[in-house]
Amino acid sequence: MSSNLTNTGSNTTVSPGGLPSRRNTELAMLVFAVLIPVFAYANVGLAKEGSLPTGMLSYGLGLGLLAGVAHLVVRRWAPYADPLMLPIATLLNGMGLIFIWRLDQEPSITHKATGGEAAPTQMMWSALAVGLFVLVLVFLKDHRVLQRYTYISMAAALVLLAAPIFFPAKYGAKIWITIPGVGSLQPAEFAKIIIAVFFAGYLMVKRDALALASRRFMGLYLPRGRDLGPIIVIWALSLMILVFETDLGTSLLFFGLFVVMLYVATERTSWIVFGLGLSAVGAIAVASFEPHVQGRVQDWLDPMQAFKDGSEQPMQALWAFGSGGTLGSGLGQGFSRLINFAAKSDYIFATVGEELGLAGLMAIILLYGLIVERGIRTSLAARDPFGKLLAVGLASAFGLQVFIVAGGVMGLIPLTGMTLPFMAQGGSSVVANWALIAVLLKISDTARRPAPAPAPSPDAEMTQVVRP
Amino acid sequence: MSELTLTVMRLGFLAVLWLFVIVSIQVIRSDLFGTRVTQRTARRAEGQRQQQQQRPQQQQRQPQGGGGRRARGGGRNAPTKLVVSEGSLTGTTVALQGQTISLGRAHDSTIVLDDDYASSRHARIYPDRDGQWIVEDLGSTNGTYLDRTRLTTPTPIPPGAPIRIGKTVIELRK
Repeated sequence: MSSNLTNTGSNTTVSPGGLPSRRNTELAMLVFAVLIPVFAYANVGLAKEGSLPTGMLSYGLGLGLLAGVAHLVVRRWAPYADPLMLPIATLLNGMGLIFIWRLDQEPSITHKATGGEAAPTQMMWSALAVGLFVLVLVFLKDHRVLQRYTYISMAAALVLLAAPIFFPAKYGAKIWITIPGVGSLQPAEFAKIIIAVFFAGYLMVKRDALALASRRFMGLYLPRGRDLGPIIVIWALSLMILVFETDLGTSLLFFGLFVVMLYVATERTSWIVFGLGLSAVGAIAVASFEPHVQGRVQDWLDPMQAFKDGSEQPMQALWAFGSGGTLGSGLGQGFSRLINFAAKSDYIFATVGEELGLAGLMAIILLYGLIVERGIRTSLAARDPFGKLLAVGLASAFGLQVFIVAGGVMGLIPLTGMTLPFMAQGGSSVVANWALIAVLLKISDTARRPAPAPAPSPDAEMTQVVRP
Repeated sequence: MSELTLTVMRLGFLAVLWLFVIVSIQVIRSDLFGTRVTQRTARRAEGQRQQQQQRPQQQQRQPQGGGGRRARGGGRNAPTKLVVSEGSLTGTTVALQGQTISLGRAHDSTIVLDDDYASSRHARIYPDRDGQWIVEDLGSTNGTYLDRTRLTTPTPIPPGAPIRIGKTVIELRK
């Protein structure tokens, strides 16, 4: 897979033709990406109060400042990085802030008991997140350094994933670490980056064994028993998350990520068949005896019945999508306060669907899709196998997370307690996803950097041309 | 706020959001169609017209590209690119910026020839001190031909003369 691409990249037989750095494109897109949320802010204010909101200028300046700092750092430390990821992430983060602020204006869901206003906290988290983004870009000189920490990152990811077991459950799922006085943190968000590093490092070494040493059976390549080991371990781990933390989303994310990366590393369809089979078996087995998961599945299969039984949110979310229709009710004019306390976090997607309608929701999903596309494109352009696998892993973790949340809210799959990257309220999510974008930008900077010009041959200077 | 204003803002916002998506996709286009493989035979005339338009830009760019030597003697008639006109790599172009171009089946060649009649290090093309481009056979098995004659010594390339390596034909163009 990789060696061919590597060669064509460096010897210009068919080359992507020295890509320009595109930093000015990025700046223009960033300005655009900051102006859109400011427009949305004005729109919400006009719809709810009839006047421009007072915080508009400071909000716009704040977002602009964050974007500007991020841009300058990219210009200095990752000059050839992809021009689109930063603007899209800024836009999504800005839109998330708008929606959270807009829901803050609803007195029925914003009071002391539910934590009061969330937008200022979220703004602070976004600033912290951009800070981490800057740190990653400055201090991660080369993504290949991460390869050295393959097994350390495995251990770190396991610790992060296992830690929430020892903390009390919130809303039925144990996905939080609570530090008294500081707040709580969702370690799975960080674990997804770290585990992508582990998978990339591990599969880079083992992929030949996994791809080639296999027996053919009924058109599928069956891996050898001993090569099955790691996939079984990851499978067992994700099942344990499901059982002990009762969190379907995290479990789905990690197993899905592993299957995607296995497929990319080995090009064997049989791994996908295996993976889907194993996850189906696991999910059905766990759903049959774990009451929390069972409840979620019941809510999904029959939201109307769940509504009558007191679990109102899944049905309210579906009604929100319905009342939004094609063009939406307009910003600030929806009724997503009815979704109650989770409206700003898990169900923010329903608010987007109601106020922007199908048209706006599609645009938002496309923006997520574009980030994933840029990640996979980065992976195609990367010259080293570790970078390729890491970029694919990060992009697909991001994509899977969006799928799990959006699918859950829309009723496609049972709802799980994950956050929509960049948009939903939640500090860990914003911080982790900005770090994820930073690592992707760093890989794309290395990948798109023009190959050094071939050194002029010393003979060329010395040769005396004999003219006939 | 009047109903009309809000409706206009609602639709306007959706339009702006989509505009962002469309502009993003425009930015991506350069990546999707970024490889410089052009079908030569069908669009020859069109291609030449484009070259003439592009020439002023390219001449401005070249001094930055490290081709300082070329600029002295090359003048207006100096070729700016190398084009593969026959063989499996037809359509491939390489910009000439004063660097040595190696041809052969070896993986580190500038142009990797996928040609049964080519040697691993077959030939090279380089500028001499006056900016004249020279082709030199590197002791290949089947030889390098300039027009119809087999090369024995490094030879300057006349404009438009085809260089033949096995089934591959290469030309220098302006």
